[in-house]
Amino acid sequence: MNALDELGAMLSDPLMQRALVAALLVGLAAPVIGTYLVQRKLSLLGDGIGHVALTGVALGWLIGNALGLAPDDALAVPGAVVAAVLGALAIELVRERGQTSGDVALALLFYGGIAGGVLLISQAGGTNANLMGYLFGSISTVTTGDLTLTVLLALGVLVVGVGLRTALFAVSHDEEFARASGLPVRALNLAIAVIAALTVTVAMRVVGLLLVSALMIVPVAVAQLVTSSFRRTMATAMVVGVVVCVTGLSITYWQDVSPGAMIVVLAIGLYAVTTLVRGVLGFARRRRREGVDPHPQVADDVELATPGGR
Amino acid sequence: MTPVVRAAGLRVSLGGSVILHHIDLAVDDGEVVALLGANGSGKSTLVRALVGAVPAESGTVELFGTPLGRAVPWERVGYVPQRVSAASGVPATACEVVVSGTLHARRLLPPRDARRRACAALEEVGLGAEADRPVRELSGGQQQRVLIARALVRSPDLLVLDEPVAGVDLPSQQVFADALTRLTHRGTTVLVVLHELGALEPLIRRAVVLRHGCVAHDGTPPAPSAEHAGPDHVHLHPHDGDRGPASEGQPALAPTIRWQA
Repeated sequence: MNALDELGAMLSDPLMQRALVAALLVGLAAPVIGTYLVQRKLSLLGDGIGHVALTGVALGWLIGNALGLAPDDALAVPGAVVAAVLGALAIELVRERGQTSGDVALALLFYGGIAGGVLLISQAGGTNANLMGYLFGSISTVTTGDLTLTVLLALGVLVVGVGLRTALFAVSHDEEFARASGLPVRALNLAIAVIAALTVTVAMRVVGLLLVSALMIVPVAVAQLVTSSFRRTMATAMVVGVVVCVTGLSITYWQDVSPGAMIVVLAIGLYAVTTLVRGVLGFARRRRREGVDPHPQVADDVELATPGGR
Repeated sequence: MTPVVRAAGLRVSLGGSVILHHIDLAVDDGEVVALLGANGSGKSTLVRALVGAVPAESGTVELFGTPLGRAVPWERVGYVPQRVSAASGVPATACEVVVSGTLHARRLLPPRDARRRACAALEEVGLGAEADRPVRELSGGQQQRVLIARALVRSPDLLVLDEPVAGVDLPSQQVFADALTRLTHRGTTVLVVLHELGALEPLIRRAVVLRHGCVAHDGTPPAPSAEHAGPDHVHLHPHDGDRGPASEGQPALAPTIRWQA
């Protein structure tokens, strides 16, 4: 069997089809919100939301059990959506207060979220394998129902995150100026928190809750190395996100490894390679620029006592 | 005629300290008013309170006869904050920063001709050639001019500036003074926080001096105090780009109470 047949087999596998669509959407959506998070220096927000979402997954599972729903985890994703949105709103309100105790409040929320999730999942009859699936991603758990929800949520994230980009940029770049322009700063901040939460739940099945944040942040980190504008950074990060998600997932079709871990390792590898290439190119450029005075030609502020001091 | 800016009985507290109290201030259409005062006298807090960036504890602020809030015609107000480090986590070009100034309370999407208007505003402050350069590569004075262009892009009738020339190189100061002269000739109302009148002296007919959080003088610009006298007095502004106490002068003299975003 040659490589082309192998590829055909992968693409005709319904499980793989669903997973690839999910990976494609996650790769597009996660870097969009990641760009705003990096800009506001909140790179770890996604991580925190992911922790909180685990409790939501477990609660959904418990409720599903209690109601006797057919698959145990029918309510896992809806539970994660609710918990992640509530967690993100709580984090945003603590941030807005700007109190020093906010830091501790966030830590409590994060660790409470993950500890509560682990406890509740075992209560609901979940196994360690189920838990690993949520924490590190598991393509085999992507059902058609999950996929529909993923598509809807990802479209929502993209419409808001890309459509309102100038307003979200304004409030992330300089909140004081946004306030002095009468922009609805609070609503926009909450919008960023909510789309971050939705992104976490969208990405949960593909990369898992513990690695969601990496998929938001690392593509932006790669893009930043090569771009100079906000718009291009976001676009480049989206391309990087799609490429690593689809490639990483495809590798797991042949190699039995965790898709989340594979995708994140690819992304970080891409970061390392880009840094190296940029370093080599930058060195060459610096060599060419040597001998050119980088300072603007500006009259001195002070009278120099010794002539020829320049 | 309604004044462009009116504050009555304004009182502002930040972090439990009363920064401003009993402030009554009215600025009429077309006036150019300098807001002077020592470090820590509350100048910056006052302009922030006037544009709604910090909340008033009591008293009222009206812009164009409308109390602060969504109903204010924000598209007529241009605000230039004290220079913040314009280099945030993600790179942004000068043009992108200026385009964000086209948004206001009733406009969440940039207008169709946003880029053209942004370029025109950058041209106004002498940065037409730098539109597509990332802001973090620009000098401090150029970054300050980008923030001024961001306020100018919506062609404001009221311009509020917080120390626009502190720590700015001389060519940038001159460009700024020229731009402000053109604007005042067009009838723009200007409220500007300054340390010294400097290059703006010919424009300013009225000065408001704050001392310990209330208005100590309102009228013709006062003469500089003896130790600051004369055009040859050299002012040094330790400007490190952030909003820490150092940007307001000597750490030992400046109060440590700063507004936390």
